[in-house]
Amino acid sequence: MIEATLDDVHHEEHHGELSFIRKYVFSTDHKVIGIQYGLTSLVFLFFGFCLMMLMRWQLAFPGQPLPIGFLSRWLGDARMPGGIMAPEFYNQLGAMHGTVMIFLGVVPLAVGAFGNYLVPLQVGAQDMAFPKLNMSSYWVYFIGGVVMLCSFFVPGGSAQSGWTSYPPLSDITPQSHSLFTGQSMWLTGMVFLITSSLLGSVNTITTIVQLRAKGLTWMRLPFFVWAQLVTGFLLLLAFPPLEAAGVMQLMDRLAGTSLFLPSGLVVAGKALNVSGGGSALLWQHLFWFLAHPEVYVLILPAMGIVAEVIANNTRKPLWGYKSLVYSVIFLGFMSFIVWAHHMFLTGMGTTINAFFQTTTMIISVPSIIILTALILSLWGGSIRFNVPMLFALAFLPMFGIGGLTGLPLGLASADIHLHDTYYVIGHFHYVVAPGTLFALFAGIYYWFPKVRGRYLNETLGKVHFWGSLICMNGIFMPMFVQGMAGVSRRLYDGGSSYLHAQNVLVLNKGMSYSAWALAVFQLVFIINFFWSVFAGKKVTSDNPWEATTLEWATPTPPPHGNFLKVPEVYRGPYEYSVPGAKRDFLPQNQPPEA
Amino acid sequence: MSAAIEIPYNSTERPDTGLYNAKLGVWLFLASEVMLFGALFSTYVLLRTGSETWEHGAEFLNVPLATINTLVLIISSVTMVMSWASLKMNNFAKFRLYMGVTILCGAVFLVIKSFEYAHKFETGLFPSTSTFMALYFTMTGLHGLHVIGGMIVNSYLWGPGSKMWHTDPHRFTNRIEVAGLYWHFVDLVWIFLFPTLYLLPGK
Repeated sequence: MIEATLDDVHHEEHHGELSFIRKYVFSTDHKVIGIQYGLTSLVFLFFGFCLMMLMRWQLAFPGQPLPIGFLSRWLGDARMPGGIMAPEFYNQLGAMHGTVMIFLGVVPLAVGAFGNYLVPLQVGAQDMAFPKLNMSSYWVYFIGGVVMLCSFFVPGGSAQSGWTSYPPLSDITPQSHSLFTGQSMWLTGMVFLITSSLLGSVNTITTIVQLRAKGLTWMRLPFFVWAQLVTGFLLLLAFPPLEAAGVMQLMDRLAGTSLFLPSGLVVAGKALNVSGGGSALLWQHLFWFLAHPEVYVLILPAMGIVAEVIANNTRKPLWGYKSLVYSVIFLGFMSFIVWAHHMFLTGMGTTINAFFQTTTMIISVPSIIILTALILSLWGGSIRFNVPMLFALAFLPMFGIGGLTGLPLGLASADIHLHDTYYVIGHFHYVVAPGTLFALFAGIYYWFPKVRGRYLNETLGKVHFWGSLICMNGIFMPMFVQGMAGVSRRLYDGGSSYLHAQNVLVLNKGMSYSAWALAVFQLVFIINFFWSVFAGKKVTSDNPWEATTLEWATPTPPPHGNFLKVPEVYRGPYEYSVPGAKRDFLPQNQPPEA
Repeated sequence: MSAAIEIPYNSTERPDTGLYNAKLGVWLFLASEVMLFGALFSTYVLLRTGSETWEHGAEFLNVPLATINTLVLIISSVTMVMSWASLKMNNFAKFRLYMGVTILCGAVFLVIKSFEYAHKFETGLFPSTSTFMALYFTMTGLHGLHVIGGMIVNSYLWGPGSKMWHTDPHRFTNRIEVAGLYWHFVDLVWIFLFPTLYLLPGK
């Protein structure tokens, strides 16, 4: 067996005479593409985080010059006159933080990187169903990212109408028919990003449906694959309406149409010279028709990763695998009919509010089933508290806080008070930052040995984990307090000019210090990452965590084509601690004993 | 292990799903396209119902030309099917003929469309003129881009891509079927656009 491995690896090296560019840049290998997605999105995540760290200075010390002189000088007088942040620049940072984090950071990491790398391995395929399409979806994403970054350098700076780009503001800021304005480039970038996820989701779904190994029936799929499948459908069906909306907003901005501009609009005391007759609310509907399913695009792959890590490190099957699967399907379906709970205050009317409030309460049921099943999975397990498991365990209460604080926002009457306050920011950051991001970190620590053949350092990992956990809560918990005091989320001065905010202003400093401390702990991760790539402890087995799913049945790292022999599946995904078995895990490809 | 990775079910159906990969892929893609144009048609409905007045397209759009264009696209759909059927009957020459006609029909459609556009611009009708014109140009423009995309794919399959017929005829036939599904969809969108924009009375 070992001989065969070496022989094949040798063979692999021989035929692998692809040029450097074909092998690492324009590769069609799903694993290389997954790594490309992973590294790019991690860079974008850090970039988005830097934008926020700048904003946190202005929020904690409004109107004071940035103490880092060279940074103010580099940003220039247009953005930081005298080292003090200009309001327009603050708005740019806010809009781009959201955009970069969601569309260039978390989704490409969760779906592009983890989905690409792991789905073909976990279903026992050699590659994605359409390898060339896969390569192009990465490069389309890359172009979208570059367009977004370039938008900072056009006259007037990047988009500044929030990540939601609500018209009429986004239609007329700045008033120019040029493609090279921040907002128009934002829209162009979005069209690229949407096209990229569209291509990716077609690929993922086809791979899961068509390329499952022999014996890998639907109810034997790892939960992560189920999560990616539902995510694929969300991307496929929810993104196109935003693509249409993006094209229409581009028409408004470039061709002077008024699809989103109502009649009689007055800007700066002058009637706007457009035909009118459009609807600003229309954009909100099209935007949230994407952006609510997008929330589940952010969270479902995270749940999938957590499920894998928990099953492996409790050494027992997931509790209620079938309920998890049915819940995730129901969740995906429901996520298409809750979008207008973001719009309770737009005057849609109480009937529509009542409908969306009801569907929103219903969608919380499958989420709670999933979370409960994951918590119950811990019961009676012999838990290994390694770094991936710590992150996965922390995901449960953090996502729980994020989810439960969402309920008051989903109720139309409670939302009147909480809408557009820091409470909302706290709520969705708990879902995405210590929620999804922790799950993604769990995934990075868990699968790094398979990708690289080396472990990430445990001690540095624990420093990273505990530091991040404390700092994240330091940032986001006070937001609930500020929000309930009524502090709006979009204030340039953090609320210091508002009487009702005075009692909670002091929290701004604590949150900012937490954010900057969080950066220090991310540096620990970055150091750990690069150090471990080159000098981490080597794995001694292809299955170092003694896991059951198919990705561990490959050589380390998996060669082009993945499996040495076509895998066949004989059992469910989580057969840990089966009574009477020789070892405490039975890999899916292990034939039953005669 | 060979140098090239052979993805299974590229040309044959997977027994339990009854599909080859590209067929599932194109249906998924078309589902997303339905959502794309669905959003545009929803926009039409919402803006029309929210407006006090609405133009009757026939008063300033060219209905005869659009009718011809409708026929051209329907013919192209028929020839698309014929080109696929010719391959099924092992007649490569006929495939080239029918596929050529399909591409030509696409070109005729675009030429007629561009005459229509030019005439609108000459008479001072621009996207910024009214909500109706904004929707007209957005929807037909996006549809036109889809026609161009389809023509590029079809031309590739007519020209350099057709080499595959000699190496893997079964897979090549599948490619024509998949391209055909997309082409029919593009036609179908026009079948909806034509009455919506040209024929529906105003208010």
